[in-house]
Amino acid sequence: MMLDRSTRSPRRRRLLAGLPLLLLGGCNMVVMNPAGDVAVQQRDLILVATGLMLLIILPVLALTGLFAWRYRASNQAAKYEPDWDHSTQLELVIWAIPLLIVIVLGAVTWVSTHVLDPYRPIERLGPGRTIAQNVRPLEVQVVALDWKWLFIYPEYGIATVNQLAAPVDRPIEFKLTSSTVMNAFYIPSLAGMIYAMPGMETKLHAVINKPGNYEGMSSNYSGAGYSGMRFRFYGMSDQGFDKWVAGVRAKSMPLTRANYLRLEKPTENVRPMHFGTVDPQLYKAAVNMCVRPGSMCMDHMMMIDAQGGGGKHSAEPRNGVGHAEGALEKQPEEKGAPGHWSKPREPTPPGAQQPGAQRNRDLTLNRMPPAATPGLRQSVRA
Amino acid sequence: MFDPAIMKTIFGRLTLESLPLHEPIVMATFAAVAVGGIALLAAITYFKLWTWLWKEWLTSVDHKKVGIMYMILGTVMLLRGFSDAIMMRAQQAMAFGANEGFLPAHHYDQVFTAHGVIMIFFVAMPFVTGIMNYVIPLQIGARDVSFPFLNNMSFWMTAAGAVIVMMSLFIGEFARTGWLAMPPLSGVAYSPDVGVDYYIWALQIAGVGTLLSGVNLIATIVKMRAPGMSMMKMPIFCWTALCTNVLVVAAFPVLTAVLALLSLDRYIGTAIFTNELGGNPMMYVNLIWIWGHPEVYILILPLFGVFSEVTSTFSGKRLFGYTSMVYATVVITILAYLVWLHHFFTMGSGASVNSFFGITTMVISIPTGAKIFNWLFTMYRGRIRFELPMMWTVAFMITFTIGGMTGVLLAVPPADFVLHNSLFLVAHFHNVIIGGVLFGTFAAINYWFPKAFGFRLNEWWGKLSFWMWVPGFYVAFMPLYVLGLMGVTRRLRHFDDPSLQIWFVIAAIGAAMIAVGIAAFLIQIFVSVRNREALRDTTGDPWNGRTLEWATSSPPPAYNFAFTPIVHDGDAYADMKARGHDRPVTGFRPIHMPSNTGTGVILAGFAVALGFGMIWYIWWLAAASMLGLVATSIIHTFNYKRDYHIPVEEVERIENARTALLVQHKVTTA
Amino acid sequence: MSATHNASGTTADDATRLAFYQLDEHDHPEGGSTMLGFWIYLMSDCLIFACLFAIYGVLGANYAGGPAPKDLFELPLVAINTSMLLLSSITYGFAMLAMERQQVRATQLWLAVTGLFGATFIGIELYEFATLIHEGATPQRSAFLSAFFTLVGTHGLHVTFGLIWLVTLMVQVGKHGLIQANKRRLLCLSMFWHFLDVIWIGVFTFVYLLGMLR
Repeated sequence: MMLDRSTRSPRRRRLLAGLPLLLLGGCNMVVMNPAGDVAVQQRDLILVATGLMLLIILPVLALTGLFAWRYRASNQAAKYEPDWDHSTQLELVIWAIPLLIVIVLGAVTWVSTHVLDPYRPIERLGPGRTIAQNVRPLEVQVVALDWKWLFIYPEYGIATVNQLAAPVDRPIEFKLTSSTVMNAFYIPSLAGMIYAMPGMETKLHAVINKPGNYEGMSSNYSGAGYSGMRFRFYGMSDQGFDKWVAGVRAKSMPLTRANYLRLEKPTENVRPMHFGTVDPQLYKAAVNMCVRPGSMCMDHMMMIDAQGGGGKHSAEPRNGVGHAEGALEKQPEEKGAPGHWSKPREPTPPGAQQPGAQRNRDLTLNRMPPAATPGLRQSVRA
Repeated sequence: MFDPAIMKTIFGRLTLESLPLHEPIVMATFAAVAVGGIALLAAITYFKLWTWLWKEWLTSVDHKKVGIMYMILGTVMLLRGFSDAIMMRAQQAMAFGANEGFLPAHHYDQVFTAHGVIMIFFVAMPFVTGIMNYVIPLQIGARDVSFPFLNNMSFWMTAAGAVIVMMSLFIGEFARTGWLAMPPLSGVAYSPDVGVDYYIWALQIAGVGTLLSGVNLIATIVKMRAPGMSMMKMPIFCWTALCTNVLVVAAFPVLTAVLALLSLDRYIGTAIFTNELGGNPMMYVNLIWIWGHPEVYILILPLFGVFSEVTSTFSGKRLFGYTSMVYATVVITILAYLVWLHHFFTMGSGASVNSFFGITTMVISIPTGAKIFNWLFTMYRGRIRFELPMMWTVAFMITFTIGGMTGVLLAVPPADFVLHNSLFLVAHFHNVIIGGVLFGTFAAINYWFPKAFGFRLNEWWGKLSFWMWVPGFYVAFMPLYVLGLMGVTRRLRHFDDPSLQIWFVIAAIGAAMIAVGIAAFLIQIFVSVRNREALRDTTGDPWNGRTLEWATSSPPPAYNFAFTPIVHDGDAYADMKARGHDRPVTGFRPIHMPSNTGTGVILAGFAVALGFGMIWYIWWLAAASMLGLVATSIIHTFNYKRDYHIPVEEVERIENARTALLVQHKVTTA
Repeated sequence: MSATHNASGTTADDATRLAFYQLDEHDHPEGGSTMLGFWIYLMSDCLIFACLFAIYGVLGANYAGGPAPKDLFELPLVAINTSMLLLSSITYGFAMLAMERQQVRATQLWLAVTGLFGATFIGIELYEFATLIHEGATPQRSAFLSAFFTLVGTHGLHVTFGLIWLVTLMVQVGKHGLIQANKRRLLCLSMFWHFLDVIWIGVFTFVYLLGMLR
């Protein structure tokens, strides 16, 4: 789950002295100890906010204990004023102190939310480290599939599944979408998460500052294979990255539309895959939900709508993404028979018969065809 | 054998496959439940209790009995929801590396969905509604709620929703979507089975009950207060209840609408929340949270009221800062509508939108903080008796403060980007819901139980429950905060990193402690019922209470007060005691009361049938039950005799018995 | 602590001045909270419509390459429909005036006229829906049409239930006359009916008129 121990950085704890949670030295709190500048700023923000709030939380906790002890019924020595129920000064303090803290925290929030807006290109590599003028961000197009991540590198014309790499200290611009349901793209070491949603594009800007092997995942529940929807993110030196790109390029398997449609089918615990070439229009088609041949692209549909629609009796632009008939439209025989929850699913998950088998961890070994084959179109249609 | 088309018409998509016939464990559970149920029914028949049960409880419009039935429903469902929690904790504690755990994804995903749905809708909501139902009329010196029949019906609708959820355990399956059933995942394309339909109908039917009970309690508080009780002399619990029910009335319609739209997508194939044809799933996310965020204040506000009453009573002091407490409650009510977007900062709204909702969320912590201080200064210079309700209150103040802090942390959008959907978030909301709602419910049960039943609850078992629940909570959820900071997200069924396991094991131990706490609570009630004579409260005022419910006997008579009290002070009963009031012992009059009716039970029965028919596509059943609902409602309106008078002899008999009891008590304690 | 619970005991000075119990209480008239309660219910219903309007506002221009309002809506028909509902509100008002004068027959008559207008409204709406569906503009065609049918259909469903309620009340008024309970029910239905009228004005403006302008 966490980054490898060898790549873990020495812990920097500037503001953490009082935070008891962080005394748990044995565990690796990646959120508190990230490797990308955006996540570092987010960590610092958590610490600042916690510190600000402790200004009032600690006294409250202390007073609770103190009052509970001091004014216990058995302590007859303590003062007892049964009718004392108002004090304007105290009330002022009670409302003013939280207000002041919220004003400070609100200001911090406003500024940090704008600075750390995932849509905003990053402006530094780290504290005091500016970005060289000639550096273009690395663009990565991300498609959340059921249940794996597809990464397309338009600059290099390659694509990978469940494996992401980026050179250290080069800004990364992620563009994200999803093929079916909502997911969230999250690499705790790198930056905060952002939803990937079907028919839409979201963006995330980040930079990785240290080489290493990091955990990435979907952090928004997306169905049966959600637990295994994880990938590795490699921070690499420039040379290492170039070598990695060359390695991916050497793979013969192309990511054509047909292959995408096969890849899109639900699979779980997918091992990393490399595609040496990519259809350059593929990501645009994925965002517009029109990879399937003959389907209407969302942008095209929206253009028709903006011009006043297609008129009566226009053909329905079914693109096969997420459409199913409503129950009342179904014929009796189409109703199906949902089994009881305890009924084994089809195909039978191997976990039921062979717990611990390696096959459980990688169902794609059995399902994903090794390379593009002729006659694929028929099989996609079928 | 049979024509499949006819079978499908009769049974919809219900087949033998939908029953757990192949699964011995579930069949055994089912058999045990069935045998237990039959034994219970047989016992009721044997002891000839049917008439009593039907006349005195099921059809009762008495707000006290309805309130108690809500509490029983909440307790039963707590056991179900907690079994789900135990299963999740066990799965996550064992499913590492090669070990897949004992729950396949198909089952595990239902377990976490059911846990959330049940705990919010069928545990927390019944508890909160039950407490308000029981206490409000007594505190405002009324004889019942404004619409007693509606009250009974609201309860049965909530119970009908619970029945539908429970059905999914034995027939078919429950949703595999998470507790808010977000589309596209919950759409018919990705969840074609019955699970989401169970979810929709359970919530829709229970939602009717909640909404009507909200209308009812607002009207009760506004219209039925005893003479002299101006709004600013109302007990603070009534204020929090009023604000809660305003939130109910203003939030639940949104849930009704959004679930109805989701059902349209699922049943007639509209394109509202779909991916294609112009639908927009983000609308669902927004709308469900426009209901969802006020919902958390619906749950917590009444308990804020409970804590205020308890702190004031057991400190032997007036509540500090009553006026600011009222305004704090009202401010929270209003702000509850301005924060919904903080549940999805990560959906990519602009920075200005995100920071607006982040800051409004922080602003809510100001009135909430003021409340904490007011409780603190109520304790200040008091004489605090650490009875069970007060113990729960102190545990709440500490726990809730910590939960509030992590909540404000999550309100900072960039911090939320790394903590959202993580176990940190899970720990946060359990921190406030268990620390606030659950602890408050236990405070309320221990506080008002003597009022409701005429005897106190056993202290030893109550303390055991407390000392298992409170540390158990910390053991169960502090590890989740740590795991959240380790980048672990929620709803995961399996893990690869073995270094996480220890934290899940600790959390499972905490869950086990809570299990002991729940068991101790049940034993506490059992033991108290057995020793009720020793725990008897003869005075009606076991805690030296300050509000009107303590002015009548324990348990109160059906009519609550033989004479309606007149209020001169905020702490009405404390004032009466301080000035030396005379409880009238003669001059009783017949008392006008609403009659019981079975219509609520019948309507709820039809509602269950309607839900079942819709879930399984048994259209004839759905249509017939819809017709039944309309017909029953119409027939009910043809009944104009809905009230009766308790004869004066009956009132005299009850009140004279109380007079005798009080005199006897005075003699024995003097 | 029970010392003050005495049945006969001493009285403090101010207790002689202050009464703590209403000793001569009379029955409270039934239904004192009904109007308030029903009003609160209507406001919650209003929120359901608010959600549907919001949905229509967001999805109303998503035609999915299909027909737009200007292809579908026939304003003259909708104008007739609107006048049916407005007229029914007026005739309901006459029913209430008759009720105030305790005229059972006149009340029933005006209720019947209201019901007829209401039924005509529903009839025209169903005709409109049937025409749309026949033209291929089904609720399944696009998000715009889904939102349209949901909003207008929910309003129509409310009117239908109002009609059932209205018939029930006509029978009840016939059976028991204009007693207090029936008057209260008529008042509730009155609020409900006018509320639906107000909602319809919103639908007419927001969906039909603005739709044609788009």
